[in-house]
Amino acid sequence: MSGGVDSAVAAARAVEAGHEVIGVHLALSRAGGTLRTGSRGCCTIEDAMDARRVADVLGIPFYVWDFSERFRQDVVDDFIAEYQAGRTPNPCMRCNQYIKFAALLERGLELGYDAVCTGHYAKLVDGPQGRELHRASEAAKDQSYVLGVLTAEQLAHTYFPLGDTPSKDLVRAEAERRGLAVAKKPDSYDICFIPDGDTRGWLADKVGEADGEIVDRSGAVVGTHHGAHSYTVGQRRGLQLGVPAPDGKPRFVLEVQPVANRVVVGPKEALATAEIAGERFSWAGRDQEEGAFDCEVQIRAHADPVPAQAWFTDGVVTVRPEQPFDGVAPGQTAVLYDGTRVIGQFTIDRTVSAVPVPETVGARS
Amino acid sequence: MTVYLDHAATTPLRDEAREAWLDAAARVGNASSIHRAGQDARRLLEESRERLAATLGCDPIEVVLTSGGTESVNTALKGLWWARADDTDAIVLPDGEHHATLDTVQWLHEHEGAQVRPVGVDAAARIPIEGFAAALPGAAVATALVANNEVGTINDAAGLAAAAGDADVPLHLDAVSAFGHIPVSFREWRGETKGQTGLCALSVSAHKIGGPVGVGALVVSRHANPTALLQGGGQQRALRSGTQDVAGAAAFAVAAELALAEQQVEAARLSALRDRLVRGIHSSMPDAELLGDATDRLPGNAHVLFPGALGETLLFLLDRADVCASTGSACQAGIPEPSHVVRAMGRTDAEARQVLRFTLGRTTTEADIDAVLAALPTAVERARASGARAAARS
Repeated sequence: MSGGVDSAVAAARAVEAGHEVIGVHLALSRAGGTLRTGSRGCCTIEDAMDARRVADVLGIPFYVWDFSERFRQDVVDDFIAEYQAGRTPNPCMRCNQYIKFAALLERGLELGYDAVCTGHYAKLVDGPQGRELHRASEAAKDQSYVLGVLTAEQLAHTYFPLGDTPSKDLVRAEAERRGLAVAKKPDSYDICFIPDGDTRGWLADKVGEADGEIVDRSGAVVGTHHGAHSYTVGQRRGLQLGVPAPDGKPRFVLEVQPVANRVVVGPKEALATAEIAGERFSWAGRDQEEGAFDCEVQIRAHADPVPAQAWFTDGVVTVRPEQPFDGVAPGQTAVLYDGTRVIGQFTIDRTVSAVPVPETVGARS
Repeated sequence: MTVYLDHAATTPLRDEAREAWLDAAARVGNASSIHRAGQDARRLLEESRERLAATLGCDPIEVVLTSGGTESVNTALKGLWWARADDTDAIVLPDGEHHATLDTVQWLHEHEGAQVRPVGVDAAARIPIEGFAAALPGAAVATALVANNEVGTINDAAGLAAAAGDADVPLHLDAVSAFGHIPVSFREWRGETKGQTGLCALSVSAHKIGGPVGVGALVVSRHANPTALLQGGGQQRALRSGTQDVAGAAAFAVAAELALAEQQVEAARLSALRDRLVRGIHSSMPDAELLGDATDRLPGNAHVLFPGALGETLLFLLDRADVCASTGSACQAGIPEPSHVVRAMGRTDAEARQVLRFTLGRTTTEADIDAVLAALPTAVERARASGARAAARS
């Protein structure tokens, strides 16, 4: 129970369904602030209090469990390391993978409970080949993407009471009706461990700043930067290039090279990505057989899924979308779907450009 | 039926104290008002102060009523440090003190530049007189627990006070966990010390002995002159301005008198129950270890190390089995912290997370102890299994 409205209503529904429910608030930072600020939705004393008051209203016991150490290792340090490696990670997925449906679930099972119930918008379907993870009925709120990291074992001990709710407004109305004070609490959408939402400033503080070159695809220096980690593939704003492009068109970040502390820029066309691949994968439910298969692929939490052809061979998942992606940053997670069903996911390690680039600085790998 | 074994956190309000509070609260009158209603309130207030003074072994004028232990400790430490003798600056601070003390001293260090002289405690969390005395010369103020609130070990309060007197250093004693449970006498401990040194102040709290929460007292020697925290109407020797809480004082006085009257009998009864609990734990879990002094400890305190079992997990499992215990202190969000007292006793961080405190009180029965003994082995086994898996992962 984060202190937000979704987990509050999920808990209420679990209680109403007759389960023996205990409320658990995850302490993910030992140095959490006291009061809620802006759009952050957890880790403050006020959020813990909000969650506690919901538990009081529901008449369930409430505990704060400290996962700050594992959160720091598996989510925060991973986030920094990924940026340092020039990749763009999704910390919420790591949190689902290692904390909410791993550390918390393990603890719950050890202490005699059967499942972790959360306020995520996604559906569980018990099919003939085992439990499946599906998109929520309301596409706008669907969170199956960030749950794509869950394995069959994790899904077996998971419970999403909000998966069938057509809209968030209904959840808020239900919270209001149930007398839960968090009914009107704003949604959280920033990264919870970055207090002011300033990811770049936070990263600069953690990994330091060092001036480096911004080059075009021919290797010509067109500007400077204060740290390659501040840049994300596909980014256009904030480049402040001193040398204009020959054709006068806007330029985008094509590649971040953390070791050389170099940022490569180029025209929008050069972002087109024909193929993505990765070795860090998992299957949400039954294992995928080796070989080729058709699917839809989604590469960001709020991106549209696109039809694609996929191959799973020798421990590598490779995906070719029907139409090239418009900018893919290594480190992003690709979630594969069969209709509404989540097949699995992988972290994108390699991308292949759709257009052969003359005078290239080197293969994007 | 819930088994409540966290009496050191707070203990049930005594019926007599509740009655005294309700009686007093039903009347109108500010104890500082000159009219009849004010005089009636003042009379009840001062009668209560006299009765409290009798239980504390001090003069009525030396009883400064506060909002509780934390305010008493703050008033004493900040007040005595601000009023320190010229050329003195340091605060003598034993390890393993209560957070009210630790954080007040830390504040004085950070905001006022006070130097801190730490004093190590022994393996039972007892403050060694020699180590304490060695830190005293030239210090501005010293502080010490009469009995450790977590592990229950009783200090030699008279010895600590004598050492402070000999070194001409003002001493504050934190008697919050001791008062009402073991003999406490400000006058006796202060001894023949003259002037503004030796035992100068002693903190107590009402809700630890069956009085209401929100009421406490600081005994301030008539010879001491600490600087006040609060400015205002100048009540209570101008040490604690603010309208005086007559009902709170009346309830506190009743609770203190009752606690004192039954102290010896109750100490014997609780010690026997406590020993029964410890024996039972040892017989089912031979590797469990009672921390703190085996005999020289608060009567109702059993502080036990369960190797391999996280206290936080045990606390949860026992709570689910309707047994209330404690791991010591928790942060504001409600997360149990590794005990700094257990660390100060020379134990590892891991051990400081594997402790559980049971504190018995007035309402504790043999049946309560048997219920805990029945619930504990399963909880410990489960917590150990959980801990072993966690250890295997990392």
